[in-house]
Amino acid sequence: MPRTITFREAINEALAQEMERDESVIIMGEDNAGGEGSPGEMDAWGGVLGVTKGLYHRFPGRVLDTPISESAFIGAAIGAATAGMRPVAELMFVDFMGVCFDQIFNQAAKFRYMFGGKAVTPVVVRTMYGAGLRAAAQHSQCLYSLFTHIPGLKVVVPATPYDAKGLLTQAIRDDDPVMFFEHKALYDMAGPVPEEGYTVPFGEANVVREGGDVTIVTLGRMVHTSLEAAQRLAGEGVQCEVVDLRTTSPLDEDTVLESVEGTGRAVVVDEAHPRCSVAADISALIARQAFGALRAPIEMVTAPHTPVPFSNTLEDLYIPDAQRIVNAVKAVTEWTGD
Amino acid sequence: MTDERIVAVTMPKWGLSMRLGKITGWIAAEGDDVSVGDELADIETDKIAGTLEAAGAGTLRRIIARVGEEVPVSGTIALIAPAEVSDDALDAAAREAREVIEAGVPAAGGEPTVETADVGGRKVSYVGAGEDGDVVLLVHGYGGDRNSWLFLQEPLAARHRVYALDLPGHGTSTKDVGDGSVGILADAILGVLDAIGAERAHLVGHSLGGAAAAAATARDPRRISSLTLIAPAGFGPEINAGYLRGFAGAQARRELKPLIGQLFADESLVTRKLIEDLLAYKRLDGASAALHALLGTLLDGDTQRLDSAAAVAAIAGAVPVTVVWGTADRILPAAQAGSVAGAVRHLLDGAGHMPHMERPAEVQAAIEQTIARA
Repeated sequence: MPRTITFREAINEALAQEMERDESVIIMGEDNAGGEGSPGEMDAWGGVLGVTKGLYHRFPGRVLDTPISESAFIGAAIGAATAGMRPVAELMFVDFMGVCFDQIFNQAAKFRYMFGGKAVTPVVVRTMYGAGLRAAAQHSQCLYSLFTHIPGLKVVVPATPYDAKGLLTQAIRDDDPVMFFEHKALYDMAGPVPEEGYTVPFGEANVVREGGDVTIVTLGRMVHTSLEAAQRLAGEGVQCEVVDLRTTSPLDEDTVLESVEGTGRAVVVDEAHPRCSVAADISALIARQAFGALRAPIEMVTAPHTPVPFSNTLEDLYIPDAQRIVNAVKAVTEWTGD
Repeated sequence: MTDERIVAVTMPKWGLSMRLGKITGWIAAEGDDVSVGDELADIETDKIAGTLEAAGAGTLRRIIARVGEEVPVSGTIALIAPAEVSDDALDAAAREAREVIEAGVPAAGGEPTVETADVGGRKVSYVGAGEDGDVVLLVHGYGGDRNSWLFLQEPLAARHRVYALDLPGHGTSTKDVGDGSVGILADAILGVLDAIGAERAHLVGHSLGGAAAAAATARDPRRISSLTLIAPAGFGPEINAGYLRGFAGAQARRELKPLIGQLFADESLVTRKLIEDLLAYKRLDGASAALHALLGTLLDGDTQRLDSAAAVAAIAGAVPVTVVWGTADRILPAAQAGSVAGAVRHLLDGAGHMPHMERPAEVQAAIEQTIARA
């Protein structure tokens, strides 16, 4: 059996192994070093939650501690990528991404298409997302759907330490710009991860639980909440198939459709807001292409269309939980057409 | 359990890491008369699906584990007894068994320790089981790993010290296979014997691992006590080249699944987990290069490049040799068993290329007989 490490360690290991393997891989981001009034080499933080800890010393000159100016260092990373580097930029919280939309949406995403396929932009933007850390409306959003909407970007939302390492390795080796989403609540989750380097390809969903009654399509942290719900439902004789999308762009439509064709029922679970979301997109896909297989309306379990509340009680209510997924599954299995 | 005429049907241990098995269906029903080898139930682990065969004869009097239920290894799932045994005695035994099932898995994990041997700068992984007896080394085939022996290593370990290795390029061993020759694989076999301090050992090799075991035996016949070859490579020109090239190249579940189905006579043995494990292996850095290098060793165009026949003929007088082959093998045809000089032949009717997974009890018996001949 492979050894067990955390989601945080898996990301760190992927970065370290790729930096060993390819000297064009560099890291850029805030608080990589740190320590007020000093260069911070002795107490290098490794980013705000310590994901890149240890790399600053291990790869001298290749872990760049940037000013708090996302528009500048994301632009610099994209520029470096067009000039032959493979930068991995860490933009602390995805909530701050708005200040560099032009660099990402209108530059990085377009180069391959506007320069006749001759330009490559092998940049990875790692970022944290998700609620549950009592960090309020400006540090808790799930904004992957914004990036999924833009052709030219690849969007990755890993759920396990194994996938985090393999998908990040793939992201670094990929010649296109990749947005890599890490849920803060997953960093301490442990799981089996091979010590060797490996890749998990983009556009291949993972069926994490097989079942014949209902398909639950989900991603990121919600994979675990969905599995908890599926476990409870199994005790009541309802077998759920849980599909982890892994990447929203490219999207593995075939695995979603094949599963729904087998079960005839679909529940889409997403921590993001519901409007123009991954959940809405998957629901539309199923309605359009698996309509004939459906035996009940598609259910969506999402956060409400509101900013993430600061009140602990309200934040807990805001995040989809296993009970809401259980209720949604029951709604589709018990649906009678009335 | 008091009445010794009651035979408990227990959850088997398929693989060193297996702790739980799920009953996916009962093939036999209460009241059926069963004899040894009859199929009783379909069982699924997190690695593989398989069919449990009866180890004793009598009437299946009680089914204890329900379909869909997970049962700890060695937990009693059914009771076989002659008609004379009273219902009361059976009910008492069934109650005891239900308590074990409901208690679930003991918390202590029995993960085997993975050892490594350094063979010419390559790291070769292996796992051992069993306390006493002769050393038996199990050598998997192309694209496999030590877990290929999950149905056999534990049962054989009751009487022997049984090791299974990961050939170079496979499992958790170094992925570099040099020129990809069978000699590199034979080095790994002899290197593991050195690492475990075994002067002599019985070798069991499957497919490419059979060719590697034959090569290791030819190199140092005094160290090998017996040789059991399961659908071995190198005994005739015919080979399913399409399978081999497809396996080396497959990147996704959709490509791999139909290929892996060709390994088994009954394709329902192929679980999603088996495919996922194979994909996880193929996606390790260096695995694809190793598989392609070995492809050059196995194939000459669409025919088999390897020739193990001469090596086996040379040692056949000195070392007991057995060959096991499934008649429904779609990778290497069973007719090639005739080219294994001096071997005792076991042709398994209707088995595919993976008899050690498809028909483990018969393969185990063949191995035990070969060991006894040494």
